[in-house]
Amino acid sequence: MSMILSDLPRRTSATVEAVEDRVPNDAIARRLRELGFVDGEQVQVMAVGPIGAEPLLVQIGYTRFALRREEAARVRVRSNGAGQTGVGQA
Amino acid sequence: MSAVAVPLRLALVGNPNSGKTALFNQLTGSRQKVANYAGVTVERKEGRLTAPSGRQYAVLDLPGAYSLHPASLDEAIARDVCRGFYPGEPAPDALVCVVDATNLRLHLRFVLELREIGKPMIVALNMADAARRRGIAIDVDALQRELGVPVVETVAVRSGGAQALIAALDHIGTRSAAPQKRLAAHERDDAGESQALHAETRRLLSLAVTMPRRTARIDDALDRWLLHPVFGLLALAVVMFLIFQAVYAWATPMMDGIEAVTGWLGDWVGGALPAGPLNSLLVDGIIAGVGGVIVFLPQILILFAFILALEESGYLPRAAFLLDRMMAAAGLSGRSFIPLLSSFACAIPGIMATRSIQDPRDRLATIMVAPLMTCSARLPVYALLIGAFIPQQQVWGVFNLQGLVLFALYMAGIVSALAVSWVMKKWRRDKSEHPLMLELPSYRLPHPRDLLIGLYERAMIFIKRVGGIILALTVLLWFLLSFPAAPADAVGPAIDYSFAGRIGHAMTAVFAPVGFNWQICIALIPGMAAREVVVSSLATVYALSASNDDAAAQALSPLISDGWSLATALSLLVWFIYAPQCLSTLATIRRETNSWKQVAISAGYLFALAYLASLITYQVAVALGAG
Repeated sequence: MSMILSDLPRRTSATVEAVEDRVPNDAIARRLRELGFVDGEQVQVMAVGPIGAEPLLVQIGYTRFALRREEAARVRVRSNGAGQTGVGQA
Repeated sequence: MSAVAVPLRLALVGNPNSGKTALFNQLTGSRQKVANYAGVTVERKEGRLTAPSGRQYAVLDLPGAYSLHPASLDEAIARDVCRGFYPGEPAPDALVCVVDATNLRLHLRFVLELREIGKPMIVALNMADAARRRGIAIDVDALQRELGVPVVETVAVRSGGAQALIAALDHIGTRSAAPQKRLAAHERDDAGESQALHAETRRLLSLAVTMPRRTARIDDALDRWLLHPVFGLLALAVVMFLIFQAVYAWATPMMDGIEAVTGWLGDWVGGALPAGPLNSLLVDGIIAGVGGVIVFLPQILILFAFILALEESGYLPRAAFLLDRMMAAAGLSGRSFIPLLSSFACAIPGIMATRSIQDPRDRLATIMVAPLMTCSARLPVYALLIGAFIPQQQVWGVFNLQGLVLFALYMAGIVSALAVSWVMKKWRRDKSEHPLMLELPSYRLPHPRDLLIGLYERAMIFIKRVGGIILALTVLLWFLLSFPAAPADAVGPAIDYSFAGRIGHAMTAVFAPVGFNWQICIALIPGMAAREVVVSSLATVYALSASNDDAAAQALSPLISDGWSLATALSLLVWFIYAPQCLSTLATIRRETNSWKQVAISAGYLFALAYLASLITYQVAVALGAG
C-alpha cells in the first residue's frame, strides 16, 4: 500500500519508494535523498512532537531525523504490513 | 627520512556528528587557531600536528557537511575548500574523511562523493569502539579494497586513538596517486548520481559490514522518555531550571572575586599615578569599564559549559525537536532554542551561537529577538528599582511580590520576542518553506578535553570581541563625562558641566513624556556601554561616592525612592526590557550579519518598543494616581 511518510502510523515499518519534488529542483527533496531517503530503504516514524504531532522523529537506516510534516510529505513509502519491526541486516 | 619543509595541508571533512572535531582535538591538542573564513562568519579552525616521524601537518577542521550540494553556508565552504576553490584558502594536499563507524549508511555516501573530487584521501572510521560495543563488524580490508583509498580505525575520545591515522598519513604524499575508482561517466550526471551513490553505498555495506540491529538500545530507551510529549517537556524544564540555578548561584563567588580584583587594581593604579586626566582615564574609564564586562565571564562560561555538555551528549537537538512546533508558529525554528537560551546570560554569545542555524531567514529572526532575552546585565538595574519601589509583601500567601515583578519582567521579554518574530514572519513577503531536517545523533558521554577546548575558545572569542569595542567606548564615554571640567566656583556636581551632563539635560525634552528626569537621562548615556553601569552612573549623578555597584545600590535606594514617583520607576523598568542599551550587542550583530542595515533595524525597533512601552506604562501609572 503506497502512502506518504507523514501519514504512516507510528512504529510501523515501511519501505521508501521515492522522494517527490514539490517544485522544480526541489532542494528539500534533494537533501532528503542525500540523507538516505531512496528506493528500498527501511523507514519508521518513532515519535512525534508534543504540539500538533509535529515534527516527526523518523528513523531511516541507522539515523534519526526530525522532519516537519511538510518535509515528510515528499517521501512516498510502502507499508511493510503489520507485525514487522525495523530490525534487520544491513 | 627528512622532514618536509612545508607542512602538508590536511582537511578534515565529514558529516555533522561524525566526531570530526573530537578527532581534530585529538590530533592537534591545544595547538589550534580559531578565526573566520574570509568575508563570512563561519568558524575556521586550524591546528598543527607533528607526527612521530617528524613530518609536519597543518590540519584544517572543515564545517560538517552532508553533501557537496550545499544547503548552508557551512556546507558551501566545506565544498569549496575541498575542491580548492575558496578564495584566499590554499587547496588541501589531502582529505581526511571522518565517518561514524556506527552510521556508515549515511556517511559512506559522502565518502563516495568526496572521492569524486580526485584528491588523495584517507577514510577515518571514527568511533570504532562504539561500533564494536554494538556488535557492528566492519571488514576494514574489504572496505579499503572496494573504496580504493586507505581506511583506518580511530577512537577520537581515547588517547592514542588516532595513532593508526597518523601512521597512515605518513604514507600519503603530495604527489601520491589520486583514488583510482570513480563512478562511471553516465553515473556522474546530476540525476544518476544520487541513485548511483546509494547503490554503491549499499554494495559496500553488504560486502564489508554486518550489523546486528539498527539502533543502540540506549538511544531507543532514552528517546522514548526524553521525546515523550509529557515527560520530555518536563525533563527539558528541569534541565533549564538546573542551568539557570547554576548560572546564578555558582557564578556569584567568582563574580565577587573579579569585582574585588578590579576594585583593588583601580585603587592601586589610582594611588600609584599622580591625580590627573591619565589617572582618571585608567581608573574610571578603562579598569572600571572593562572590569564591568569581564565580571559576566563566569556566568557566560558556566552557561557555555552546560550548553557544550548538552550539545556533545546529543540532547540539544532533542530540545529543538520538542520546541520546534512552538517556535515555528512564532516565525523561529527549533534550532533557535540554543542561541536564545544563551542570551539569558548575555546576548553576545547568544548571537554568536546562531551560527548553528543553517537557514539565513531563521538565523536573522533569532539574531533580531535575542536582545529581548533578559541578560544578566539587566539584573543590577532591576534589583535596584524593585528594591526601592516594590514593597516586600506576600501575594496569595505564597509568592513574594518583588519576586513576581522580576518574573514578570523576564516573561515580558520572552513574550515580546515571540511577538516580534511573529510580526517579522507576517511582514516578510518570502513565504517559501524553510526546512528543519535535523539529525538526532546517538547519545554519547561528552569528553572533558573537548569541553575544555570548546570553553576556552568561546571565552577567548568573547574577550577579544568585547575587549576592543568596550575599550574604545569606555574611553569615549569617560571623555564625555569628564570634559569640560567644572569651573572653580561650581556649585552643582561636576557632571552637570560636562558634555554628558549637557546632553542629559537636552534629552529630557524627549524623555519627559515617559517620566525620566535629567539624572536618569545622563545615566542612560554611560549605560549604553553596559546596562549595569546605569546603577553606578545614577550614583555619580546623585553626587554620591560609590566604589562598586552594590554599595551604590544600597545608598541610592532611599534617595531615588524619595525622589522618583512610582510611575517613573515602573517606566524605567519597562524601558530596560527593550532598550537597545548595549553597544557590544549591536557590534556583534554587525559582525554576524555583516550589515549596518540590520544593526539599524534592530536598534531602531528596540528603541521604538522601549519608548512606546515606557510611555504607556508611565501615562497609565500617572492616570491611576502613581505619578
